[in-house]
Amino acid sequence: MLVKLLSGDKPRSLALTLILLAILVALALAPFLFPGVRSLETAARICIFIVLVASYDLLLGYTGIVSFAHTMFFGLGAYGVALASIHMGRGYDALLTGTVLGALAAALLALVIAMFSLRVRAIFFAMITLAVASAVAVLVSQMSGLTGGEDGLNYMIPRELTPAFRLGELFGVRINGKVLNYYLVFFASLGLFLLMLRVVNSPFGRVLKAIRENDFRAESIGYNVVWYRTIATCLSAATAAVAGSLFAIWLRYVGPDTTLSFEIMLDILLMVVIGGMGTMYGAVIGATIFVLAQNYLQTLMGAASEATGGIPLLPQLLDPDRWLLWLGILFILSVYFFPTGIVGRLRAGR
Amino acid sequence: MSEPVLKLKGVETDIAQYHILKKVDLDVPRGSVTMLLGRNGVGKTTTLRTIIGHWQARAGSITFDGNDITRLPVPDRARAGIGFVPEDMGIFADLTVEENMILAAISGPLDAARRDWLFSVFPPLRTFWNAAAGNLSGGQKQMLSIARAMAERRTLYLIDEPTKGLAPAIISTMVGALRELKAQGASILMVEQNFAVAKALGDHAAVMDDGRIVWTGSMAELANDATLQERLMGLSMEMQ
Amino acid sequence: MTIAPTHKPTFADIPLSERLAKATPLLLVPVLVLVGLAAIGNPSSWLTLTVSGLAMGMMIFIIASGLTLVFGLMDVINFGHGAFISVGAFVGISVLLALGGWAGAPSLLLNLLVVLLAVIAAMIVTGGLGWAFEKVIVRPVYGAHLKQILVTVGGLIVIEQLIAVVWGPEEIFFSRPETLKGAFTFWGAALEKYRILAVAVGLGLFVAMRLVFRRTKIGLIVRAGVENGEMVEALGYRLSRVFIGVFIAGSALAGLGGVMWGLYQEVITASMGEELMILVFIVVIIGGLGSVEGAFIGALLVGLLQNYVAFLEPKLALVSNIALMTAILMWRPQGMLPVVKAK
Repeated sequence: MLVKLLSGDKPRSLALTLILLAILVALALAPFLFPGVRSLETAARICIFIVLVASYDLLLGYTGIVSFAHTMFFGLGAYGVALASIHMGRGYDALLTGTVLGALAAALLALVIAMFSLRVRAIFFAMITLAVASAVAVLVSQMSGLTGGEDGLNYMIPRELTPAFRLGELFGVRINGKVLNYYLVFFASLGLFLLMLRVVNSPFGRVLKAIRENDFRAESIGYNVVWYRTIATCLSAATAAVAGSLFAIWLRYVGPDTTLSFEIMLDILLMVVIGGMGTMYGAVIGATIFVLAQNYLQTLMGAASEATGGIPLLPQLLDPDRWLLWLGILFILSVYFFPTGIVGRLRAGR
Repeated sequence: MSEPVLKLKGVETDIAQYHILKKVDLDVPRGSVTMLLGRNGVGKTTTLRTIIGHWQARAGSITFDGNDITRLPVPDRARAGIGFVPEDMGIFADLTVEENMILAAISGPLDAARRDWLFSVFPPLRTFWNAAAGNLSGGQKQMLSIARAMAERRTLYLIDEPTKGLAPAIISTMVGALRELKAQGASILMVEQNFAVAKALGDHAAVMDDGRIVWTGSMAELANDATLQERLMGLSMEMQ
Repeated sequence: MTIAPTHKPTFADIPLSERLAKATPLLLVPVLVLVGLAAIGNPSSWLTLTVSGLAMGMMIFIIASGLTLVFGLMDVINFGHGAFISVGAFVGISVLLALGGWAGAPSLLLNLLVVLLAVIAAMIVTGGLGWAFEKVIVRPVYGAHLKQILVTVGGLIVIEQLIAVVWGPEEIFFSRPETLKGAFTFWGAALEKYRILAVAVGLGLFVAMRLVFRRTKIGLIVRAGVENGEMVEALGYRLSRVFIGVFIAGSALAGLGGVMWGLYQEVITASMGEELMILVFIVVIIGGLGSVEGAFIGALLVGLLQNYVAFLEPKLALVSNIALMTAILMWRPQGMLPVVKAK
């Protein structure tokens, strides 16, 4: 039953199994294990990024295509929920409509981009997605009438999902709408993740892997490589959009910086590479480590920067704003030395 | 007979996960034409590409002019004196005939006497000197491809199917050119499917099957023995 | 057997349609200029915008030429190219600010000299950086596109962050050398002096590049290498050395482009390269990856269109280039002048 839930794709390493179980338990019981606003915030972010990164892995790791537009799809889902909630009024129907329309729009846009670029060569895709994603980001910040511009949008979601809704206490923890909202995010993320695991282990996923290994050969066996890549792109985009919708439901706010920025795109790339490309479980590990590091390491860097105040250059290098510098170096090193990421390492060291 | 100009010993080559050359032992005698024969897909082109270095031999050794070139980069093998005419001719379609020839002369400007000699061997080159090579006909492209290899005096020429798909008149031009090349003392290792051409040009023959050399001897001996041909190469090479 | 050919040499006739197909991309620039005139209506505004579009196009071309050649020659796609733009701009503008006296003097000669020094410094630094970048970042991932994209993006981030470490995180504002400020008036149109200089530099560089590609052996090797690198090596040329040379030259040109773009905007930021790269990618895609001529035409189209649209409907400027790219890819999926690759 459990194996079936995982679509037969077992972690294949004791250490990995234990880590994954620990993450699952921690996330499932987060409101009780780590009470407090900040830790719940972190847990929800981890759930959402696991989905987002896994959907990116579907593209990068399983299909061998690099996209720079993943945040664009993420943003489409988020803005979908925001706009629906504003224009249809507070309600579950608005959340659902926004999510579905966002996912459809993402899939459609992915289809158009794929048709233009994948038909020629896969590397066109990287450049075209970069150009389109930046154009969309500019557009969103310019069309302030619709999107709120740089300020973004605030909106109302059903009361049952907000802190104002109180249910009582359980195990000494006050259960309110925010906790319910967290469980919505958690179970939706879990479901989406299992769904993606199913996709990559289906016959469709096996063809994708064959294409990634040798597209020329897959083509000669008779698979329509462009078609398979296009479908994978659309699927990945739609899932990213749903992750965006969850993010919008959780935050009750969307803005270009939180959903569309190039920085988030880099975060996603890093999480996939560190966790392990083409493994799905890598997304879980990568997102968890990264979000934790992002939330707690920058504080550490600030302290280190102050402590080294007297030494030339070091304080500038350790400045929390230079967080990206270290990420970049880490990123290059991981691509060179750990191309299979943490999951690959754990499996090899079994 | 003097030492062979090229010696392959136990050469093995993989292309991706496929094991193409399984163990190639081959001597190319100096100053003569050696024909590399065999059915399609037995590894003839791979052998030539391994000698020039476009595929790296996984095992075995390649000795050229007394030096081990097995691990040498492609350009160094060329500069050591090996000219290469690939199966697809490898002409630079965007460049003019002249520019193709300028590039072919690696040691300096193209020698005028050598150019005039090439014009006499391949007259169309003079006519289309300033035309884009991509606009030449198939036969003219093949002439350019061989002329390019001949622009420099090289010790050994590797030529892959120079007569493929050409009209008989052009084939005779090719045969004449290669005879002149040989008359100048060059050694030639050539893959050829046209048995008449092989017979007309070849001094020696080596037959390949399934990634190995299965027979070596004189071209005349092979040409006169129909049963041997049948055994080695099937019916693909009928006498003309 | 005779040596004399028994066949008559014939020249394979190129059909008219094929010749036209080759020429159409060249015609697109004048067509766009005329459409611009019709859409804008006012000839003097049109002239101002055209010069400004050409200037912008030339600067993008300078940056794009190196990128497209590096791809054509070794199939390497460098997403870190933008880092050289930013570094070039910061080095060049630092020189300009250090020699503030010369830049502020009302002497054309001194002003041009200081710009020249800034350009030389920028090109030396970015050329050297390109050499290191090729060795450390690109060399280990030859032949693997996916890793190339990831690693060069990583390189871009690291270099941009290092700029912030060295020059600080804030943008730097400055003004152009004295005699390059202001504009000429020509037929009622205001033509900025600096933009005319940029057009002249870009044109000069394009002509120089064409000469190198047509008249020198190294140019021939590069052109032949883009088409069939394997054969160039089989003739006896070390393509990897040629490639490093092209990579260094391309990085230095990006540095030049960075200085010129900085002088154009009169402000520089660490992320300016990354932002410009979006236009550069559009240009190399519509031009045809590997084609310098294609990049030239593509850059002029992008520059002109961006300026015309920015005048007519400011919010659509960047989107207009996406639309241009879409239109051209619908017409020619490989770009306007695709490089014919052997095999």
